[in-house]
Amino acid sequence: MSRITASSLVIAGFLAAAAPSFAASGEVKVGMLTTLSGPGSSLGIDVRDAFNLAVKNLGGSLGGLKATVIEIDDQQKPDVAKDAATRLIEKEKVDFATGIIFSNLMLAVQPGFDRAQTYYISANASPSQLAGKQCSPYFFSAAYQNDNQHEAMGHYVQAKGFKKVYLMAPNYPAGKDGLNGFKRFYDGAVAGEVYTTVNQLDYAAELATLKAAAPDAVYVFYPGGMGVNFVKQWEQAGLKGKIPLFGPGFTFSEDTLAAMGDAALGTLNTAQWSPDLDNPQNKKFVADFVAAYGRLPSVYASQAYDAALLMDSAIRKVGGKLDDKAALGKALMAADFKSVRGAFKFNKNHFPIQDFFLREVVKDAQGRYMNKKVAPIFSERGDAYVGECSM
Amino acid sequence: MITQLVAEQGLNGLQLGVTLFLMAAGLTLVFGIMDVIHLSHGSFYMVGAYLTATFGARFDSYLVGLALAIPAAALIGMAVEWIAIRKLYQRDHLDQVLATFGLIMFFNEGVRMIWGAQPIFLSPPQMLSGTVELLPGLAYPQFRLAILVTGLAVAAGLALLIQRTRLGMRLRAGASDRAMAGALGVDIDKLFTIVFGLGAGLAALAGGMAGTVLSVQVGMGESILILAFVVVVIGGIGSVKGALVGALLVGLVDTLARTVLPVALRGAFGNAVADGIGASLASSSVYVLMVLVLAWRPKGLYGA
Repeated sequence: MSRITASSLVIAGFLAAAAPSFAASGEVKVGMLTTLSGPGSSLGIDVRDAFNLAVKNLGGSLGGLKATVIEIDDQQKPDVAKDAATRLIEKEKVDFATGIIFSNLMLAVQPGFDRAQTYYISANASPSQLAGKQCSPYFFSAAYQNDNQHEAMGHYVQAKGFKKVYLMAPNYPAGKDGLNGFKRFYDGAVAGEVYTTVNQLDYAAELATLKAAAPDAVYVFYPGGMGVNFVKQWEQAGLKGKIPLFGPGFTFSEDTLAAMGDAALGTLNTAQWSPDLDNPQNKKFVADFVAAYGRLPSVYASQAYDAALLMDSAIRKVGGKLDDKAALGKALMAADFKSVRGAFKFNKNHFPIQDFFLREVVKDAQGRYMNKKVAPIFSERGDAYVGECSM
Repeated sequence: MITQLVAEQGLNGLQLGVTLFLMAAGLTLVFGIMDVIHLSHGSFYMVGAYLTATFGARFDSYLVGLALAIPAAALIGMAVEWIAIRKLYQRDHLDQVLATFGLIMFFNEGVRMIWGAQPIFLSPPQMLSGTVELLPGLAYPQFRLAILVTGLAVAAGLALLIQRTRLGMRLRAGASDRAMAGALGVDIDKLFTIVFGLGAGLAALAGGMAGTVLSVQVGMGESILILAFVVVVIGGIGSVKGALVGALLVGLVDTLARTVLPVALRGAFGNAVADGIGASLASSSVYVLMVLVLAWRPKGLYGA
């Protein structure tokens, strides 16, 4: 008797274990692997929150399938990110992954997603390697190519006639991509090109060296907490108003503008999105984000929102058949969604072709620090590496 | 221009030095007098910074926040000594390392639970947010100068306390021979609690000031703790004077190496590579300094 009971229990256990996989046909699992602690966390939090907002606006689903988002903090450490990616692939068996902020982490985890044939939709990190020689059928960037915002600012600084520009960035793949992008469109002299340690927080020594070089403009790429510290210390050193300071949209982004306060007011930067963009989907996105989280979304948030909309459109196109990888890839490539940044389409390397423009940091009527679109710079800009991609 | 650059980098080095001193002074006293290896000293630096931010926001004044954070952190330090450290005096150093390492995790997780994992950005008080013209062409941030002056004032105050007061006399007696001091009627238990609280208060002062220049975040104490240990070893264990000299040395060497090494290497490599190697070499420069000092004086500069 007891033996029968035991075996029936075992069978029942098998059935119970098997049950979720039958139900899985109506479900989509997304791995949200992003930076939620430390100086880079403001970016990851915006990405997570905006993605969740999109899922909520879609009624808790993506492309008609019930969506489960599995959230993991990568702590901005490549080894932690790699372990987490393995867990998402092998244990959670996610259908999509997204969320990585920092390019060094992206390069560490992408081979794993590639081998597992898991579509990775980048909501931020988009290094030159993945746009060029290492381009992959399973990697799509819903953001930009790392160089793009920098290229736009290089173009602007060149057009404004600056001749001796000092460049600074953190020493990691996106930092190098960034300054390369800037120099692609800026032909003047480089007064200094300094790469600081990632997440360095005190720039006093670098600012002293910078002053001694007497540049006619300074261009810095410092996302997250690095940017807050640099810009505050820039003002404390009395340099604001003496030397023009430029940056990509990453340095002057809504996730850090409040912490920078007046120190960032009036600075010019370049991006593919701004909270004041005048299209219906963006107005809804910004209003919903403010209502849900009580703060303005950043460019990272806009990218994550678009990443969710992209997944939604692709799943809908294949009728929820997530196992048909080839069809799913084609559906993603079609990019049949309404991006909050306006026009959006994919290049053959799965990186966007989109517009870039100049923004200015202003204080709105409610006293919030935010970017405002000032003037267009590039229209339908792809990237410099697409030729190296064999897809 | 080169004079201004050297002077400014010198000031930057001294400013890092005095921050290190505030950390190392407490650490060297705990180490020298109580014979406890105290890894969680950095936690008081972190707690001090968070309390400064919280009190500062509550009373809308950074200085009030800092003034409240120091005694609060000192009290927390005394409580920690009473609850946890007291059990460790008779144990060997390995047990102390394990237990205080556990305290680091306790504090980091505690802070994460109370304040969250995201950094808090503190601003210096309005009256100290500008610059001062020290030399023609050398405008130095007022707040960094204030940190420097505060650190030196605390160093002078500590010297007075240790050399001129009864408490200082007991501290010195405890440092040179604990058992004998106890036999002569010094209440060693009470003395240890005071030392621990004093160390925690100094660490909180360092954290509260550094929090405005850097940012207030979980784990901020660990990076400075390692440097503070280097300072203690260079200065000689138990010597506050050694901690001051060691801290200023370490601050200057670190800043100098960070400025000079990447520039020197840029001739041979590309900028990104030179800055990468330069940064790694610069962060090892203080350890090279420690090795050199120990080769010359195995007990540190002012070690007994």
